[in-house]
Amino acid sequence: MHDYEKNGILLVQDLRVPTKKQLEKGVAILECIQEIPCDPCVASCPVHAISMKDINALPVNDFEKCIGCTKCVGICPGLAIFVVKVKEKKAWITLPYEFVPVPEVGDRVTALDRAGQKREKALVKKVVKQGKTMVITIEVDSKLAMDVRNIKVEP
Amino acid sequence: MIRGHSVRIRTHPILDFTQRKQLPFYFKKKKLIGEEGDTIASALSAAGVTTLTKSLKYDSPRGFFCGIGKCSSCLMRVNGIPNVRTCIAPLKEGICVEMQDKLAELPEAEFPDEPKKNLTVDVLIVGAGPAGLCAAIECATQGASVLIVDENQRVGGQLVKQTHKFFGSKQERAGTRGIDIAKDLEKQLHALESEGKIQVITDATAIGCYDSTKKYRFGVVKRCEYKNILYDVRCDAVILASGAMENMLLFPGNDLPGVYGAGAVQTLMNVYGVQPGQRVLMVGAGNVGLIVSYQLLQAGIAVDRVVEAAPIIGGYNVHAAKLRRCGVPIQTSHSIKEVRGKDKVESAIIVALDENWKPINDSEEYIKCDTICLAVGLTPSTRLLSQIGVKLQFIPEAGGYVAAHDDSMQTNIKGVYVAGDASGIEEASTAMIEGKIAGLAAAIQLGCSKNTKLLRHYHEELQHLRAGPFGEKPRLVKEKIAHLLEEQHARL
Repeated sequence: MHDYEKNGILLVQDLRVPTKKQLEKGVAILECIQEIPCDPCVASCPVHAISMKDINALPVNDFEKCIGCTKCVGICPGLAIFVVKVKEKKAWITLPYEFVPVPEVGDRVTALDRAGQKREKALVKKVVKQGKTMVITIEVDSKLAMDVRNIKVEP
Repeated sequence: MIRGHSVRIRTHPILDFTQRKQLPFYFKKKKLIGEEGDTIASALSAAGVTTLTKSLKYDSPRGFFCGIGKCSSCLMRVNGIPNVRTCIAPLKEGICVEMQDKLAELPEAEFPDEPKKNLTVDVLIVGAGPAGLCAAIECATQGASVLIVDENQRVGGQLVKQTHKFFGSKQERAGTRGIDIAKDLEKQLHALESEGKIQVITDATAIGCYDSTKKYRFGVVKRCEYKNILYDVRCDAVILASGAMENMLLFPGNDLPGVYGAGAVQTLMNVYGVQPGQRVLMVGAGNVGLIVSYQLLQAGIAVDRVVEAAPIIGGYNVHAAKLRRCGVPIQTSHSIKEVRGKDKVESAIIVALDENWKPINDSEEYIKCDTICLAVGLTPSTRLLSQIGVKLQFIPEAGGYVAAHDDSMQTNIKGVYVAGDASGIEEASTAMIEGKIAGLAAAIQLGCSKNTKLLRHYHEELQHLRAGPFGEKPRLVKEKIAHLLEEQHARL
């Protein structure tokens, strides 16, 4: 039995992780580890990097093909796709956000990990509206690239 | 008990709850203000009224529980008329709402004799949720004349409160929010209505099947200003898409106001924009429990934690993960033991369970909360099917008694179809396809259509959706149901 079946928290070893080089250009990490009938990410990808054998299969992102465009982030119904880019000491994480208030570029927000624990203050670099889902890019320390997956915005 | 602070949701990431027209009304002779679009019970909740009725036997207070007209927790006296299901009765300006003390008094209000209205259609569809709407649209598009009836003010069933994006295949609207699917289906329905192909009656109940020589005959009661109009409906086929109701759980204090079905909380906050409380304990980590917990956070309500009696989380990990990264704990092998409070929920006691699901001694934990959400499964609404005489069987994995039916959704009685949760608890995405299958199959049976190719296409689509590991349970259920029909045929 995996820990996530009991507590809901994925660990990095549960995921397909890109190489350091792939992370440098920025790629989408699909935190979707169960075979559920769902495929909108495949159609959303402009370079056909995401593929699925059938509707119940796990989506696989070809990190070589992926251009880190973030289109899939706001599409995924499970809010389970994150684009991560790492360069030297900094990481940029693009995540889906469906709460109010919505932060603005330049705001300082609290970066949270997969357990909702506060990690550090993050700088909001980009805010894009995709339907009712906000796709937000934050800047954090590169050490947190594979940990930070949410933000908390103090009103 | 009237709360001081406002519980109206005004800012929301997905929904628009800007203030609507104010509607003054009276509760126990005191003037309260509701808003246009409210039901009586949602307006009372927004005004802080938590006790809607009382237990006949114990005189204990009872509150909003199911929110969709399926239980008796909100029966009140409105303008002198007793037993009004206030959770689905639209709020009207100036009405007088009273609690029913013990048994309802004989009505004082006048019941003018409305002459009954006769309607003859090819197909009657009961329930305008995802399954019923898809059945109606499909059936009418194929050329059958359709009447669809629903108990609520508006059509859409439980889609109208699903603010999350749906899974499924891209061509079946995956990635679209349930609320937007509801709007889209409603638009299609009204287009067919304006072409005269579908008649829609909302605020109405199909009360039963009656004796008739040739066609099926149903009584449909439409509520108008809390008075009734009887429709005498004759049809050649009927599709029952009556949905399901939420399960209750046994524990002391389970009838206190503040103990809600998770779907009721979803209705209150996502349809009417009213917060059920300020701090919630969610019971059940299936998809409903996980999704509603997340939606509570979106509505600005704290979720203390989610407890789940099973050793593993039943819902999809993606739903659990998004809740966890907001900091909400999920405790498996834990259950609710007791709820405490005088007139409403004030706290709860949870307990850890061992591998045999038995409470572990001294593992109790006290939780301060004002709301308990029960997300412990649903039971198909099959009363009308039962009254018609359809063969029903108790199948635990389907949620309770379900009707024998074939893969075209026809029951063991010719011309009687079933679709959606009423045919076994599953997802809205599969309910929509089942609805299309039932609608098309009925149209084919009545000679309105010959499109068996499309029918095969829908069957394949349904199989694809159920092909994965999470489809194992519905696959098993549908196998059992098919077997039931074979048994029935063998006996004839």
